Amino acid sequence: MEQHRSHIYGVMAEFDTPEQLIQAVEKTREAGYRRMDAYTPFPVEGLPEAMGLKHNRVPLVTLLGGLAGGLGGFGFQYWVNVAAYPMNIGGRPLNSWPAFIPVTFELTVLGAALCAVFGMLALNHLPQPHHPVFNVHRFVHASSDRFFLCIEARDPKFHLEQTARFLQGLHPHHVNEVSDD
Amino acid sequence: MSAGQPPLDSPEIRRLTPVLGPGHTFGSVTDKISSIVLTRPTSFGWYVGFLIAFSVLGMMTIAIGWLIIKGTGIWGINIPIGWGFAIVNFVWWIGIGHAGTLISAILFLLNQKWRTSINRFAEAMTLFAVACAGIFPLIHTGRPWMAYYMFPYPSTMGLWPQFRSPLIWDVFAVSTYGTVSLLFWFVGLIPDLATLRDHALNKPAKIIYGMLAMGWRGSVRHWHRYQSAYLLLAGLATPLVLSVHTVVSFDFAIAIVPGWHTTIFPPYFVAGAIYSGFAMVLTIAIPLRKAYGLEDFITMRHLDNMAKVMLATGLIVAYGYFFEFFLSLYSGNKFDVFLVQQRLHGPYSPYYFALILCNILTPQFLWSYKLRHNVVVLFLMSIVVNVGMWLERFVIVVISLTRDFVPSAWGRYQPTFWDWATFIGTIGMFVTLLFLFVRVLPAISIAEMRELVAETSEEEK
Repeated sequence: MEQHRSHIYGVMAEFDTPEQLIQAVEKTREAGYRRMDAYTPFPVEGLPEAMGLKHNRVPLVTLLGGLAGGLGGFGFQYWVNVAAYPMNIGGRPLNSWPAFIPVTFELTVLGAALCAVFGMLALNHLPQPHHPVFNVHRFVHASSDRFFLCIEARDPKFHLEQTARFLQGLHPHHVNEVSDD
Repeated sequence: MSAGQPPLDSPEIRRLTPVLGPGHTFGSVTDKISSIVLTRPTSFGWYVGFLIAFSVLGMMTIAIGWLIIKGTGIWGINIPIGWGFAIVNFVWWIGIGHAGTLISAILFLLNQKWRTSINRFAEAMTLFAVACAGIFPLIHTGRPWMAYYMFPYPSTMGLWPQFRSPLIWDVFAVSTYGTVSLLFWFVGLIPDLATLRDHALNKPAKIIYGMLAMGWRGSVRHWHRYQSAYLLLAGLATPLVLSVHTVVSFDFAIAIVPGWHTTIFPPYFVAGAIYSGFAMVLTIAIPLRKAYGLEDFITMRHLDNMAKVMLATGLIVAYGYFFEFFLSLYSGNKFDVFLVQQRLHGPYSPYYFALILCNILTPQFLWSYKLRHNVVVLFLMSIVVNVGMWLERFVIVVISLTRDFVPSAWGRYQPTFWDWATFIGTIGMFVTLLFLFVRVLPAISIAEMRELVAETSEEEK
């Protein structure tokens, strides 16, 4: 089994419909596999739940970005007008905060949006030029009309023949080995 | 709309006109949309259209080059009319840009399925319109190479932008809007770029789409975060799109010029922006679906819904005109009353009446179901509204500036050849970018169409 791990990334099954994939994921989890991933051409409803995915950290990153943008934006305008270059115009208050709100708002949205997008990419480890699943010839269909489930070799229960046989039992279209290089 | 179907306005058809033509599968939507970019030969019509648009863009380049050599004196602007075409066109373009984000963000949050096949090119339209809009304030500064003065940077003079000025708010609003629209568009494109990478027929296309797709592989963990990010972006873009034209209207409303200094400006500008934006989406969608045979994806239901949004926002705009008029008279402020008289009887009154005709009277035809389902009528109507919204900005900018408080400060405004060349040139730039966009990127979101296929097939079961 150890020697498999060196050059096998996992075993991949190909399904026709999202419903079949969800069923397959549920059965795979019942069988005790944990290290796996599903690949679909669009976000399938109910699949993250079937995979046991709960929260992700994108909303938190976005919140932090928004806070940084908003507080930074207001703080900067305050510093410019009160500390860096105060101008006394007829005794009007230096910290004229209502006038600072539009820019504060825009920078809040900007900070949050940048963090949402780049946070999502970073948490997904993208850009990632190569990944073993691309070694499977039929994987091009993952971006068009097929639904894939890959049980990875790092799963403690993984055994090349047994896992492949188990996936065959789920009635997929194809089962492929995914090589690691 | 083949023969043998029940008449279009029968109640069953009204209810059932789908957002997606029948018989589509995950594979068929993928093939149909990606084939436009990947396999279909570039048509003769595309080359002709692109060349015309590109020549017009060339005219803009010349006009801006001449402007940089000679200065803003080549335009018709002078004191008291310092704002002229540059600001009219800026507000017009930025308004057009609003529909894209409205469709992609607000309709997404409202769970409107019909947005799916129009959001991609509407977002592209937004980006290109914002790019056109951005040109005008930039060149209107007269010395565009100094435009960085408007951004806060640690200068040797220790100066900072005037954060209390709506013009600086505008810089932040428009640049944030451009950035967030670009991010939203690009995030939506990532899965489709992966599709194009996997279906590309030649090596260069594979490499370019592959680099842009960044190794997207459709992992469920990735989709999970992707959906969170997309939903959050929609939530962020919704107040943003409302704020942008609000800030643009502050450029006027915070000044004391008669006709500008009114509190109704922010909502009435936002409604006008959505109005002109939807008109532009229709102007683009109708030829696009015809040229590429996308009638199954951009159905009559979409056109009908967009026409209804146009009608509704048009009515809000009409309400805005009415109240602007009423409040000026009711206030008894003699400058405001005089301005109303100038709009009705002054030297620019033909523009005002043309505006009323284009923006208030013509769209009333959209109440008719038959006319809403006539593609030619809709197309013409959308052009009329685009013209009307341009006239609206002309009326607001020019009439107020030519009739200030003191008769000695009155003046007239006459756009020059270079004003027109720059304005028409930006239309050329807009169309050029659209032509390139439909050629190299999927004009309809493939991943979202697959989702729609999944949802429709579930409903049929």
